[in-house]
Amino acid sequence: MTSTVEGPGRQGPADFERVLTEADAAVASFDEDEKTLLKRVQHFLHEHPTAVPFIVLVTGILLFSALVGDRFFAPFNLSLVLQQVTIIGVVGIAQTLIILTAGIDLSVGAIMVLASIMMARSAVIWGVPVEIAFPLGLLVGTLCGFVNGALVTYMRLPPFIVTLGTWSIFGALVLWVSRSETIRQPDIAAEAPILQFTGTALSFGGARLTLGSILMILLAVVIWYILNRTPFGRHVYATGDDPEAARLAGINTDRTLLAVYSIAGFICAIGGWVLIGRIGAASPLAGQTANLDSITAVVIGGTSLFGGRGSIVGTLVGALIVGVFRNGLALYGLDNLWQEFAIGVLIIVAVTLDQWIRRISA
Amino acid sequence: MSGEAVNVTMQTTVQATVLPASGQSPAEPILYARGLVKRYGRVTALDHADFDLLPGEILGVIGDNGAGKSTLIKALCGAVTPDHGEIFLDGRPVHFRSPMDARDAGIETVYQNLALSPALSIADNMFLGRERRKPGFTGKYFRRLDRSTMQKEARRHLSSLGLLTIQNINQTVETLSGGQRQGVAVARAAAFGSKLVIMDEPTAALGVKESRRVLDMMLDVKRRGLPIVLISHNMPHVFEVCDRIHIHRLGRRIAIIDPAAYSMSDAVAIMTGAMKPPEQMAA
Repeated sequence: MTSTVEGPGRQGPADFERVLTEADAAVASFDEDEKTLLKRVQHFLHEHPTAVPFIVLVTGILLFSALVGDRFFAPFNLSLVLQQVTIIGVVGIAQTLIILTAGIDLSVGAIMVLASIMMARSAVIWGVPVEIAFPLGLLVGTLCGFVNGALVTYMRLPPFIVTLGTWSIFGALVLWVSRSETIRQPDIAAEAPILQFTGTALSFGGARLTLGSILMILLAVVIWYILNRTPFGRHVYATGDDPEAARLAGINTDRTLLAVYSIAGFICAIGGWVLIGRIGAASPLAGQTANLDSITAVVIGGTSLFGGRGSIVGTLVGALIVGVFRNGLALYGLDNLWQEFAIGVLIIVAVTLDQWIRRISA
Repeated sequence: MSGEAVNVTMQTTVQATVLPASGQSPAEPILYARGLVKRYGRVTALDHADFDLLPGEILGVIGDNGAGKSTLIKALCGAVTPDHGEIFLDGRPVHFRSPMDARDAGIETVYQNLALSPALSIADNMFLGRERRKPGFTGKYFRRLDRSTMQKEARRHLSSLGLLTIQNINQTVETLSGGQRQGVAVARAAAFGSKLVIMDEPTAALGVKESRRVLDMMLDVKRRGLPIVLISHNMPHVFEVCDRIHIHRLGRRIAIIDPAAYSMSDAVAIMTGAMKPPEQMAA
């Protein structure tokens, strides 16, 4: 294979390479001229991954406006949808961070409830001043996330298994700490009204916007900034995309993962605060569906379960899509089961699209 | 053990400076290693291996599979810590515990898998792990990336290596061809390597034309005064761009040859043990 050129002497470019000077120089450029429409769509979606969820959301709103009319497309109803998706949105932001690193967190719901119980119970039952009870809840949430992260990085366990385990553990802690009791709305209002602060609603015309929803949007802006405008954010994407390459490029992927899981725990604790605001009370049975709903929002929002691709904006839009379809189908008068059916179809379509878009480089 | 140690010291004194193969004035090697030993259980991957890289040269490293050349390279770039032996950079002993250490010392490596993140942009990849932050308040307290500077710098580094065909510095690396990706990796190494660049099989996955561009790029980097260590199985490529060729066999350097004085078949013969290595280099 190597001895085609015999005899001593420095070799210039090999003979077969000389013809390269006459070769078509355009080959190295990669803007293909002829693209089919489908290819162009694929390229567009590849460059603008949040375009799909946006299109689905707008389509959904138009569809239900046409089907249901003013009852759906009214400021009050639309703001209701926003309230309904606030919890999923907040937890979904945490879930997005984790899924961007090619992980998954099944314990987000349990962390959220544990944090809400810690806040409410310590303030109302244990008589801890709310100035301490509130940060205590945030700390507990962050610690839960840290435990997840430590198990994923130092024990090298798959995130699915780790969080499946901690889902049970945190869930058990919820029952232990709360003694399976709900801290009722009037008690919280009397002892620690600040915990219900996120439920405060502002009225604009017919729309009712809760502070919880505003908090969700603020949180999304902050996390968007971190992901897209700081070195840490780039490291999160790189770690999820190709951990080996990230390590070789000098990124401490373990530290990045640990930080991501801890931040996610913190955000879930914020979710716990929003949860108290939404239902007024702190119940160990609240937020049961938050785990899977958050994954649904992330996936429908166009974030890839394989890591490295996706966005916070997508997740918020994904959460809104779920809310719009649930609300719209309910107003249209269809049974609950068809809402679930529709969400299921959306998930499958979203993942199929993701696979198709990812195949672009092939 | 003591006999071994004596042996190592002797080699050190004998080979502290190495004549360039072409016989010019002796030059102090920028990176050299003496008596490197690395064992994996019963397997000896490096058996008192020596290594010299002279300033401004492209050094080829060839050897059969299992000869220990990748262990040698890993030791030089910090991925493997040798059991014995010493590595000197600019005449000072260095002890790399991780590739980061080597990188901080000015040794950049272009890995065979390139270590690029496909979903990130070219500019992001160029600065991955050493991002620039905005000067002043936002950079310090909000850790804000200085994206415009990074994009400008990335474009400058790419165009200085003739990679002008890349129009959009913000396009993701996965949309690039194999050669262009290699180009981005080389540009990154050339931009940040202050002492030398190690390139592991840079043309292995490339077509004829793309290989040509990478070789030209290497000569470009050399012209700028940055020495390169090229690990390759491709003899025509090695013989074309290298100033000297380090031949590795059975865990050690058995010869350094001048590509102008030997043929490719000689090199292959020495590498595989079919021919005795030239006398002066038998270490």
